[in-house]
Amino acid sequence: MAEPLWFLAKRSAAAAMICITFTDIVGNFATIQGNSMQPTLQQGHKDFISLLKGDVVFYEKISAPAYKYCRGDVVVLSFFCRSPTDPDQLMVKRLIAMQGDWVNVPGSHEIHQIPKGRCWVEGDNGNLSLDSRNFGPIPLGLVKGRVTIKVWPPHRIGRVERVLPEGQVMFTDMHSCVITRSCLECE
Amino acid sequence: MFSDIARKFCQVFNLFCCVHVFHAHVGQLHYVVGPSMFPTLNATGDLLFLERFSVRFQKVNVGDIVVACSPENPRVLICKRVLAVEGDSISVLPEPYAQDAAKNVLIPKGHVWLQGDDPYKSRDSRHYGPVPYALLQGKVQLRIWPPHSWKKF
Repeated sequence: MAEPLWFLAKRSAAAAMICITFTDIVGNFATIQGNSMQPTLQQGHKDFISLLKGDVVFYEKISAPAYKYCRGDVVVLSFFCRSPTDPDQLMVKRLIAMQGDWVNVPGSHEIHQIPKGRCWVEGDNGNLSLDSRNFGPIPLGLVKGRVTIKVWPPHRIGRVERVLPEGQVMFTDMHSCVITRSCLECE
Repeated sequence: MFSDIARKFCQVFNLFCCVHVFHAHVGQLHYVVGPSMFPTLNATGDLLFLERFSVRFQKVNVGDIVVACSPENPRVLICKRVLAVEGDSISVLPEPYAQDAAKNVLIPKGHVWLQGDDPYKSRDSRHYGPVPYALLQGKVQLRIWPPHSWKKF
């Protein structure tokens, strides 16, 4: 009587371990909430069931341990300045600049150099996004993964491309101190 | 024969997944080297057991020793003591020698102030500011090695 239950419990525990390991190491799916990444990623209609309320994306975590991210990637990161009431909640922004780069803050004449170990993230929808323009460069350790593809809704399935806004960033070659305009790491 | 190999492979894979889940969500061992937490921790190296639940459920308090990702290099882990949490205001000496240059710092929401126990040898929040809570990896509970200095923190 107890044997099938025990067998089911063992199989369920093993499956749970495998799923948790996959979502920790390989990647996970996420539903977009909020409009800060429009038009790239969108929040859906309120009428839809909650899980499919917005674009559903897959983000990979394989590049996370070595922090091999490129300028222009759409990344997921832990919240920077809110109380950690939900430790699993993530925000999605585009990585604009890395340590050592000079960034021109849009809409003003300020230029910031990104300190060591930090990065500059911005949402594609500048009007609505709370990002580095509000709280400055953030530690790269907060970045948890890179968004690679959109899987829902069906008419928007496709890759999420690496795009760098023109004229905003000047890159510093750390070895020869020459300022260039191309992404040296990812080409 | 192939089914035996497949079964062994599945068992090893299951074991790997269980070990990963324990390591990532319950607790892990870390070998910590460096002078910044002297005399609490040895400069030559200690094997510490960290647990993950405190950080995940926001039970980190002032006075706890934590391991975190360094804000200056995310590939490096640092081990410091929490001196203040969000909303606290602390008086900080930027240089331990200059006693009359103290300044008050208000810790912003979602951040903690980390400082090493040896202020002369430690590079910490006095240099790179309050650390976001999300960078914390775990709270140090036990020192396991060297065996004669076994200790619960």
